[in-house]
Amino acid sequence: MNTIKPYLRLSGLEPLTLRPETNFVNIGERTNITGSKKFERLIKEKKYEEALSVARQQVENGAQIIDVNMDDALLDGVKEMTTFLNLLQSEPDIAKVPIMIDSSKFEIIEAGLKCVQGKCIVNSISMKEGEQKFIEQAIICQSYGAAVIVMAFDEQGQADTKERKVAICKRAYDILTQQVGFDPQDIIFDPNIFAIATGLEEHNNYAVDFIEATIEIKQLMPLTKVSGGVSNLSFSFRGNDHVREAMHSVFLYYAIKAGMDMGIVNAGQLVVYDEIEPELRNLCEDVILNRNNDNNEATEKLIAFAEKVKAKGKVIVKDETWRNAPVEERLKHSLVNGITDYIDTDTEEARLKYPKPLDVIEGPLMDGMNVVGDLFGSGKMFLPQVVKSARVMKKSVAWLTPFIEEEKKNNPVAKGKVPKVLLATVKGDVHDIGKNIVGVVLGCNGYDIVDLGVMVPADKLLDAAEKENADIVGVSGLITPSLDEMAHVAHEMKRRNMKQPLLIGGATTSKIHTAVKIAPQYDNGVLHVLDASRSVTAVTNLLSKDKEDFLQKTKVEYDKVRQQFLNKNKKELITYKDAIAAKEHFDWKNYTPTKPKVDGVKVIKSFDLSDIAKYIDWSPFFIAWEMPGRYPQILSDKVYGKEATKLFNDAQKMVQQIVAEKWFDADAVIGFWPALSNGADTITLETDKGEVNLESLRQQLKKAPGQASYSLADFVCPKDEIHNGTTDYMGAFAVAIHNAHKHIEKFAAQNDDYNKILVQVLGDRFVEAFAECLHEKVRKEYWGYAKDEILDNQQLIGEEYKGIRPAPGYPACPEHTEKTKLFALMNVTENTGIILTENFAMSPPAAICGWYFGHPQSHYFGLGKIDRDQLEDYAKRKGMSIEEAERWLSPVLQ
Amino acid sequence: MDIRKELEKRILVIDGAMGTMIQRYKLKEEDYRGERFKNWPSDLKGNNDLLCITQPNIITEIHKQYLDAGADILETNTFSSTSIAMADYKMQELAYELNVAAAQCARKAIEASGKQAWVAGSIGPLNKTLSLSPDVNNPGFRSVTFDEVATAYYEQVKGLVDGGVDLLLIETIFDTLNAKAAIFAIKKYFRDTKKEILPLMISGTITDASGRTLSGQTLEAFYDSVIHAHPLSIGLNCALGAKEMRPHIEELSKISACYISAYPNAGLPNAMGEYDEQPEDTAHFIEDWAKEGWVNIVGGCCGTTPDHIKHIADEVKNLQPRALPIIETEFSH
Repeated sequence: MNTIKPYLRLSGLEPLTLRPETNFVNIGERTNITGSKKFERLIKEKKYEEALSVARQQVENGAQIIDVNMDDALLDGVKEMTTFLNLLQSEPDIAKVPIMIDSSKFEIIEAGLKCVQGKCIVNSISMKEGEQKFIEQAIICQSYGAAVIVMAFDEQGQADTKERKVAICKRAYDILTQQVGFDPQDIIFDPNIFAIATGLEEHNNYAVDFIEATIEIKQLMPLTKVSGGVSNLSFSFRGNDHVREAMHSVFLYYAIKAGMDMGIVNAGQLVVYDEIEPELRNLCEDVILNRNNDNNEATEKLIAFAEKVKAKGKVIVKDETWRNAPVEERLKHSLVNGITDYIDTDTEEARLKYPKPLDVIEGPLMDGMNVVGDLFGSGKMFLPQVVKSARVMKKSVAWLTPFIEEEKKNNPVAKGKVPKVLLATVKGDVHDIGKNIVGVVLGCNGYDIVDLGVMVPADKLLDAAEKENADIVGVSGLITPSLDEMAHVAHEMKRRNMKQPLLIGGATTSKIHTAVKIAPQYDNGVLHVLDASRSVTAVTNLLSKDKEDFLQKTKVEYDKVRQQFLNKNKKELITYKDAIAAKEHFDWKNYTPTKPKVDGVKVIKSFDLSDIAKYIDWSPFFIAWEMPGRYPQILSDKVYGKEATKLFNDAQKMVQQIVAEKWFDADAVIGFWPALSNGADTITLETDKGEVNLESLRQQLKKAPGQASYSLADFVCPKDEIHNGTTDYMGAFAVAIHNAHKHIEKFAAQNDDYNKILVQVLGDRFVEAFAECLHEKVRKEYWGYAKDEILDNQQLIGEEYKGIRPAPGYPACPEHTEKTKLFALMNVTENTGIILTENFAMSPPAAICGWYFGHPQSHYFGLGKIDRDQLEDYAKRKGMSIEEAERWLSPVLQ
Repeated sequence: MDIRKELEKRILVIDGAMGTMIQRYKLKEEDYRGERFKNWPSDLKGNNDLLCITQPNIITEIHKQYLDAGADILETNTFSSTSIAMADYKMQELAYELNVAAAQCARKAIEASGKQAWVAGSIGPLNKTLSLSPDVNNPGFRSVTFDEVATAYYEQVKGLVDGGVDLLLIETIFDTLNAKAAIFAIKKYFRDTKKEILPLMISGTITDASGRTLSGQTLEAFYDSVIHAHPLSIGLNCALGAKEMRPHIEELSKISACYISAYPNAGLPNAMGEYDEQPEDTAHFIEDWAKEGWVNIVGGCCGTTPDHIKHIADEVKNLQPRALPIIETEFSH
């Protein structure tokens, strides 16, 4: 069985588990203001980047934890701790190790805990201000999930003897484990390393006290850890690193044997115990173990030795072989590894090598970023590193910018303006992390970024693009409905005759979707950008002189992708048999069909035009005039409002004229019959001339489980589910607006195109309104299944009523030949003057015909693609040849 | 009933996607607004959490479908119900109310069904991150502070508990520091109110091919960073589908001291943004994990449906749950 060991488990971006067999853990001490003059200066001068290099160097030198301390009377410790740790989090090669948050002020510790995602160590808490405070602070540390260093410090002061060290640690241990609920392995003791060889005899045993206390602590409380600040030990040898390093190594050699688990050390300056020259090593051992040290004898000897040796400077060994590579390789190395140390020098070298400063960006820097993109794409780099690479890029570009500016001055033809990229997360989507990254990466590369934020509707986005005169538009989104919205943006760009290329990005976007769904909507360039690192290459290409070439290549590529997709990824269909089995089920048992008031066919001549006018849906009217937006908002639209209002007023006037002067003649016919379905796709009507079979088509697209495959036939009660002696019903209608052509011709003759189009568009609106108006009368009166329905025009337009009126040739029933049956059933031509052409179009053009379904759950849908098995069945049902059925069904055939 | 006792006996099933199911209702802007928010100044379509107030029957109905499919744990529809996430809709003031309403929707579904099930209050990751800067020119910048995040989560937890949840679930964690702020808030809430501490589930998400969280942590580093919450379970959800999740679940089951949860997406969305992994496929992956003895709580995330949950529940019904490991409290020699 699985067991979980009681180990101290710390983490940065990567875990650090301290097992019994784990060697001594080095804690980097150089990022401690109180111990490093250099770090103190860098923080005070706000040179954070260099300060981070100090941290990085320690990790490179083997520090497994980094100690960060900002205690300084002249600094705002909370602020500096926050700033530095936040900066450090974006440096993956440093942030990979756990952080030790070090301060004597608890508020600074807590500020630090708020910045680090990994499991930290708090350095330190103690009982110096009593138990109460100690418990409070321990609870807070625990709430942040930190391990704690407990200093051997109580109300009486810091423990110096072995006995006090052990006693205080045990007392703290009992409080933490019994009262606060700390896991013992999350407790680390610091039994105080004090300076030795100070000349004061009472200091001489400090190292021994520490070592012996450690042994006892580990025996008493085996799961806890022991740590200490090692450099204190050699404080009296300041300035003589050679001796100090030797002292540290010798001390650690014994302390680690005693059970010390970790220590704050200068990771780059630890000599190997065995490598210390024997004379110095012996002197150190005497001092540390307090041997041969009567009257400070050992101390004096070490001091004498220290004065003899000159501090030997040491070269920090680090793998710098990459510096010997050509400048292009070095730039790439810096970009990939996020190293800024040499970027200025290398960029300058490249600048001198290449003809123009811009060539450096477009050449080696871009090549480097492409490598970054590839590594990211293949999971070998992760996001924080990519962001870091972008920063290196930025530094390099910053170096080149003055030279580019200079060149521009000397070369007035060069473009004077910074290219502008407009970014937004599309409407309905609030995810913007990726988009923000693209923004900053591009910003680093000298582009002017206009970020419109999240949930940006297409019109707002494109208005801004036009107003800002953006060179490129980029849209992003994470959730799947955003894909459609992006296609809509592309569509709108075409409609507005825009010229800017459109970039598509975000987690759910893909090259295939872009090629299939978005690119066909817009002709002036649509490009999918896989991730932030590629955005620079994409934008650079789109703004270069080779733009047209690039777009052409992209287009060819996308055409190919699209073709492959269409060929290969045919929609998955289910068999016709399965589709029928997945029909929509209604609760027929509890359904009582309403017998229509009108029995058979009813003709309506010269319907009141003023009644019809009330039902006009004005939104499509404006769309017909290529003014997008909904009525009535369009009237107050910033761009279209003025023209729209004018147009609307003219239309209103003409409507009054149409009504008053009876320009149009509105005729209709409706009919109702007893009807039952066969449980599949045939509906049988009971007419006075006998039975008539209507044939429906059924969706065959593979859907999510539990979703029905729709067919209009499902909205009529199946024969075998009807209550004995009753029947279900359905209806049909045909409406026409006559005489519009007379007025169209009249205006045409006067060369009045405006009024010609106006009357034509109004003719269409009238016939739609007539169908809507008649449908309401049918629901309330002629069929009468919804007598009490009260809906306003907006609700009617929103189709909030019960029942539908699908028209043959439209999405739910795309097969046109069924119109013949509809015309025959109601004698449509004779009764309304509508003529059916051989292609089943209707004349006059302002005419509509369709079926009435009254079931409250009937709804509109799109058929989608069907397979050959349904085609064959349909041909049989219709008594057509396969070839003929194929001809009529080709648009929906897979 | 004590969920711990049940977890000892069998693998529990957590429900599937809420968003996917809501999409089926094809709700319009007006539906999201309802009567109460009909004049709200910003667009509300897509604010799925709001439906707990404006269309509670739909949410309860979806919960009900998952119960019928065999879910033992229902997640409240509160993924974004914090003052911070709701700011996108100018609805920060509604955060508390949303959580109460959502908890009640789930409770209602359970009561109506008469089944034994638990409500887990879903605590999502927020749209603002504590470990990542949105501004590369200023990597030290943060768009939100730890205190702000903790305060927002505190309010959410209060709403969830007041609404009557049985468990809390911090999920889809892509920035561990956000999750730590949630843990901080939860600990504080129970300290402040002295209420009985509810069991906590923690679920992270591995977002990229390198096997790390978005904020850059490896799985084990993530585990080490949140285990101080002493959760009931730890696990993974969302992001990559079950296929890609397998090695991570295996790793987690080896290192975790608590129960393991796993509820992946129905695969990755295809190029058209649709999830097309079939219920039996998702269930098959999960059955494999259960046979390996890696999991205690399983279910689905984005793209999964009651049908997926039903298949999953059927597959794991007769399989043994992962036994809790032995937690040693001293070094064995």
